[in-house]
Amino acid sequence: MHSEAAIREPLILGHKTYHDITNDIVGPIENKAPRGWYILITISALIAAYGTGCILYLISKGIGVWGLNKSVDWAWDITNFVWWVGIGHAGTLISAVLLLFRQKWRMAINRSAEAMTIFAVIMAATFPGIHMGRIWMGYWVLPLPNQFGSLWVNFNSPLLWDVFAISTYFSVSLVFWYIGLIPDFATIRDKVTKPGMKKVYGLLSFGWTGNAKAWTRFEEVSLVLAGIATPLVFSVHSVVSMDFATSIIPGWHTTIFPPYFVSGAVFSGFAMVQTLLLVLRKVMHMEAYITKKHVEYMNIVIIVTGSIVGVAYITELFISWYSGVEYESYAFINRATGPYWWAYWSMMTCNVISPQLFWSKKLRTNLAFTFFMSIIVNIGMWFERFVIIVTSLHRDYLPSSWNMFHPTWVDVGVFLGTLGIFFTLYLLFARFFPVLALNEVKSILKVSGESYKKEAANHHHH
Amino acid sequence: MANKVIYAVYEDPELLKDGARKLVSNGIKVKDVFSPFPVHGIDPIIGITRTRLGIAAFMFGITGTCLALLGIWYFNIFDWPMNIGGKPSQALYKNLPAFIPVTFEFTVLCAAHGMSITYLIRNKTLPGMPARNPDPRTTDDKFIIEVRTHENHGHSAEAITDLLRTTQVFEINERQY
Repeated sequence: MHSEAAIREPLILGHKTYHDITNDIVGPIENKAPRGWYILITISALIAAYGTGCILYLISKGIGVWGLNKSVDWAWDITNFVWWVGIGHAGTLISAVLLLFRQKWRMAINRSAEAMTIFAVIMAATFPGIHMGRIWMGYWVLPLPNQFGSLWVNFNSPLLWDVFAISTYFSVSLVFWYIGLIPDFATIRDKVTKPGMKKVYGLLSFGWTGNAKAWTRFEEVSLVLAGIATPLVFSVHSVVSMDFATSIIPGWHTTIFPPYFVSGAVFSGFAMVQTLLLVLRKVMHMEAYITKKHVEYMNIVIIVTGSIVGVAYITELFISWYSGVEYESYAFINRATGPYWWAYWSMMTCNVISPQLFWSKKLRTNLAFTFFMSIIVNIGMWFERFVIIVTSLHRDYLPSSWNMFHPTWVDVGVFLGTLGIFFTLYLLFARFFPVLALNEVKSILKVSGESYKKEAANHHHH
Repeated sequence: MANKVIYAVYEDPELLKDGARKLVSNGIKVKDVFSPFPVHGIDPIIGITRTRLGIAAFMFGITGTCLALLGIWYFNIFDWPMNIGGKPSQALYKNLPAFIPVTFEFTVLCAAHGMSITYLIRNKTLPGMPARNPDPRTTDDKFIIEVRTHENHGHSAEAITDLLRTTQVFEINERQY
């Protein structure tokens, strides 16, 4: 059997058997939900309902009810879109990139991170949809034969690339997630006793048998999907960045955008994973599986990507001066010292300075501090998109059209609403779905489980 | 003699592999193995060949690439060449850089979904299919070797069971079928 160096910290704490893992994950699905879950889902469902109302109001009235104006024609809508897509990057990064690198710690977190990805991408896709104004004409983004003398969509446009990138990313993530879920649904199907639940999970598990050939195919599919999902993850946020970078707006017209956006996405995605997992591990008693070591690994990813983002900000600033283009320089001076200075410096503080605190081992293994930081990073990344979009637009070449952006209650309501829908979906997932890839976790139990590692070490010494 | 199916239940994947090796070295054919997670190294022991799903994924991917390029050429070069912002669509090879993102995405789309659908069909895991594992514990913590007597004419059910008892088996179940 494959064995692991004793110096590596265990990934599953205490003494667990295969059966314990099944019970720990399936137990909460079978039993009644804790009171906290009902409170949380009520709050998020109410916010979701309010947000849905705002979206319906927006669709019925038109996007004039947002605070957009002639100069600032993209604002919270696209900020929220990019923010949600960014959050949606961590799941596939964890499950695909870390699979290719054979990182075993991914197994405890990939399921919930992928769920987060899927819900975040749904929220992201909402924004370009409602930003169209006439959402019932949304199908115009597809190359369909039509009555306008076969007028086709423009494949040279990054906005169309985005349609293909986001929809491919969403559907491939969904399938990747579901294929991993099938064996775990089979475990639930075979464990639960209530006939109704048995029927539902039986249906969801697609009749999974777990025979040798099925597992061989399962591993091949996981590996190949990880292999093609990896460039896909990077392409998606690169394409999102090209929505800006291929334009000629100072502040957007930057070749650094694709890698800078991708690392920003990973940065914010991991922060959201921390926010959700730290709560999940506490409420669902997952301390044995989602350990401090897992949290520390994710914090290390946050330092690395946060530092890349920091370097990108400073490079951008330097190049705007070095280019000698006065419009380019002005865009950046205006960001830092103009009327939106507070947004710029919030972004700088949250994204560049604060993650550096994680160099301290004491802080990056402190769960309360990690939770606080994960919120800070998410706020910082929202401001990053706001700064890029609004400060580049609000003062263009013609001073007579300079303007400020003021969000209306509909802007705020729609954004809050997506948070509500996101948390509602996530809570439903945590209640009814296996929150850990339990069959994957079982496969590393005897290699990375604490008691088995100790046993192996003792055996080695005698 | 009635046909029998024998299930040898193990508690650990390594013990199951030892058991399977012993059966195979005694000339007994193992019908299948059921486990809660992949048992690495079992395939060569019981004679399972490598899956060709990877090749299928490549074929689906290439099909996607060709379809995307063909479609884009037809829409934007042949049927209605547009000139937007002084950037005309003249020929596929001239506009190719701008067409790469969609071509790439469509390749991934076709490869991933083509492969996943093939996987689900080949594994007979589709919505509404009944569970076909012999014992519900195989999705929890037990590892099962299935041996069928009609595939092993040289060996009686008793001989197979006796041989299994010499391995670290947890329990042995027999069924008529």
